Amino acid sequence: MGLALLAIIWLITFFSTYFFVAKTWWLPHGASTAAAFIDNQFALTYVLMGIVFVAAQGALGLFVWQYRERPDSKKVEYSHGNTKLEVLWTVLTAILFVGLNLMGSSVWAHERFAPAEAGSVPVEVTGMQFAWYFRYPGTDGKFGATSPKLMDPSAGNEAAVGLDTTDPASKDDVVTGTMYLPVSRQVDLRLRAVDVIHSFFVPNMRFKQDAVPGLEIHMHFTPTEIGDYEIACAELCGLGHYKMHGMLKVVSQEDFDKWLTAREAEKQ
Amino acid sequence: MVAQDSHDHDAHGPHGNDPHGHAVHAHAAPTSFIRKYIFSLDHKVIGLQYYFLALTAVFVGMFLSLLMRIHMIWPTANLPLLGHIQPETYLSLLTMHGTIMVFFVLTTAPQGGFGNYFLPIQIGAPDMAFPVLNMLSFWTTFIAFVVILAAFFVTGGAPLHGWTGYAPLSALPSAGPGEQLGADLWIASIAIFCVASLMGALNFITTTLDLRAKGMTMMRMPLTVWAWFITAILGLLAFGVLLSAGILLLLDRNLGTSFYVPLVVVNGQIMGHKGGSPLLWQHLFWFFGHPEVYIAILPGMGVASQLLSTFSRKPIFGYKAMVYAIMGIGFLGFMVWGHHMFMSGMSPYSAFAFSIMTMAIGVPSAIKTFNWLGTIRGGRVRFQTPMLYAIGFVSLFVSGGLSGPFLAQPVLDIPLHDTAFVVGHFHLIMGVAAIFGMFAGTYYWFPKMFGRMMNEKWGRVHFFLTLAGTYAIFMPMHYLGMAAQPRRYSQFTELAYLQHLIPLNTFMTYAAFVTIGAQFIFVINLFWSMFKGPKANDNPWEATTLEWTTATPPPHDNFGGKTPVVYHGPYEYSVPGAPKDFVMQTDPATVTSH
Repeated sequence: MGLALLAIIWLITFFSTYFFVAKTWWLPHGASTAAAFIDNQFALTYVLMGIVFVAAQGALGLFVWQYRERPDSKKVEYSHGNTKLEVLWTVLTAILFVGLNLMGSSVWAHERFAPAEAGSVPVEVTGMQFAWYFRYPGTDGKFGATSPKLMDPSAGNEAAVGLDTTDPASKDDVVTGTMYLPVSRQVDLRLRAVDVIHSFFVPNMRFKQDAVPGLEIHMHFTPTEIGDYEIACAELCGLGHYKMHGMLKVVSQEDFDKWLTAREAEKQ
Repeated sequence: MVAQDSHDHDAHGPHGNDPHGHAVHAHAAPTSFIRKYIFSLDHKVIGLQYYFLALTAVFVGMFLSLLMRIHMIWPTANLPLLGHIQPETYLSLLTMHGTIMVFFVLTTAPQGGFGNYFLPIQIGAPDMAFPVLNMLSFWTTFIAFVVILAAFFVTGGAPLHGWTGYAPLSALPSAGPGEQLGADLWIASIAIFCVASLMGALNFITTTLDLRAKGMTMMRMPLTVWAWFITAILGLLAFGVLLSAGILLLLDRNLGTSFYVPLVVVNGQIMGHKGGSPLLWQHLFWFFGHPEVYIAILPGMGVASQLLSTFSRKPIFGYKAMVYAIMGIGFLGFMVWGHHMFMSGMSPYSAFAFSIMTMAIGVPSAIKTFNWLGTIRGGRVRFQTPMLYAIGFVSLFVSGGLSGPFLAQPVLDIPLHDTAFVVGHFHLIMGVAAIFGMFAGTYYWFPKMFGRMMNEKWGRVHFFLTLAGTYAIFMPMHYLGMAAQPRRYSQFTELAYLQHLIPLNTFMTYAAFVTIGAQFIFVINLFWSMFKGPKANDNPWEATTLEWTTATPPPHDNFGGKTPVVYHGPYEYSVPGAPKDFVMQTDPATVTSH
């Protein structure tokens, strides 16, 4: 029985570790400035936790087999523990866990403490059951007024977010269902939700943030590679949660300007 | 009532009931069927009532999870009787699975079931301090269970807002199917459950402090008792908050208040709310919700400690460290709720503080693991089924625990929060590990509760299938989460990047079929052994704590009119010079240092 336990614990450890090490399933390709930092912290955590995992499971399997009851078992050691050892592993785990945390905190601070830098692209993201809308302030750089009274989700785009067309600043606002961003420029997001909580999740950008009704949350990230990236909703928002998705198209600055101009022209 | 019988409140010295009369059980053994088995005041009967309620609930919860796994893989399947599961039905299944499992299984069985039955006996008390309150607490829990099941059968069906019930989704009847009467019943059930748990918690705390036998100092209590005691304190402080939060949510839903709901527009309609805060619900919910995790797992830790020592024939390694670790986990458990909210819009600065506290809670958890390994090492390990489950508990606790430091870091929550990684993490640690604690407790205490032994061979088959099966279901969830599969998705067909994960999801569904099938081995063994198992003697495991000193099953007043006197710590195994390899806590002859 001791051997069977050793075998199953070690096998479970082996298979679990194998798929982590082989990277059979892994984080999606990272295409933002944050990706390298986040992925490094992830890798560091997983190497350290992996070592502890293999060591603890390995010891558990080994001990139950080694100390199984048999006719020639050694005398059991009558001991109530060892204070020195207790202190040692308390201090070591405290250093490991708190140290790991401090190492990750600078990345967190970089992503979340500082506001968006000057010259970033302002985009308003609005979540509603079950779609994402993206608003660009247009040439005046100002977001026009919106009103809950004007929101008409069935009409889509400008009407869905309740754009108040009587406000002069609204005239050049562009609202779309697909997010366009220029590559290598920071985006200054303002996140809103009109009905329930949604979560704006772009796995390739290593970006996730809840959009909360009643709050306007400012966040930023910087895409580094041209391409199409899927947007998901990560917070349970109702029956269509699983299909509340969108697309982020990261393009060159030139293409971005062209696209925005074309959309402006369409509006007129 | 027997609480007033005890008047010595010194927690450190030997004390307890006056052996010359005061400890006599205040209520006589009932004779009618109803008072004996239905509205019983006997903590042992109430313990079994809780246990069988949880057993019913766990099968309901497990059945719901099976339907979820079937729907994820075969969304168009036409199931017998149930027909075709819709995506919104999937969300109702998910909500009810989580709620039933967390409240009516993980909170009910380890504490209400085993705690009720064995805490008084392990401290040498004739019953709980407040037997009537104890009865009320069970029947209130029962009503809560009936109310939550009713949510399936009302118009609109069960709610779809998840077990966490985030507002405004949970506060707006028009936000989705199931959010009408079903959601009200869901909240009402939780509120009723909170009241029941508060009653239970008061009883456990009073009993532990006031009804310990002579010589049963706090530092001689079995670690199971320590775990139930600290769990009761957590329950007392946490359930009150959830109760208040639930009442406010009911007011928002039914009386038009705006605690959690700001001005919102649902499908083009302006709702009548203004100025509420969705984050308020999250703060209140997780102020309960995180201690709840420890409410679920601490009793399992107690059982694992008790069993590892007993079946290794060796004193527990670092008893004091284990006690301080339980206290440390309980204390820190109240300061980490914000780690559920790193992506919620809460201040990023407070995320930093919550993160440090969360990492700190890994320290007492690690101490416990090291001490369990230290207990086995140098022992003489017997592999009866209860011990297999205790060893499985340690393995699962390690596996589920080590994904914690990923999620405790706000920066890693950016990719991992609300993905399957989180689901894998909490299922391994507060789900499966806690359930392994219950299995360990069942196989261990069954002989005392029913006077017969469970079948060892089928116990082993059940163990190996369940250990391998649960790992096969829940370890892959970590891979899925790393690959950014969001949780609570009923389908993986809408997003292109999820397509390559479908084969792994399919594998997990097959693993779920096998694992769930294996649970019928357990139930058959349980009921078969109750009537047909070989007769058990009073101490089949050669254990040392007080429940093994009394008759099997224990008499109505637990010790047959006698009051035990305690001379030793709870885990005196292989004491040099002792006639046997275990010294009962009540053995006056042998001298030990504890």
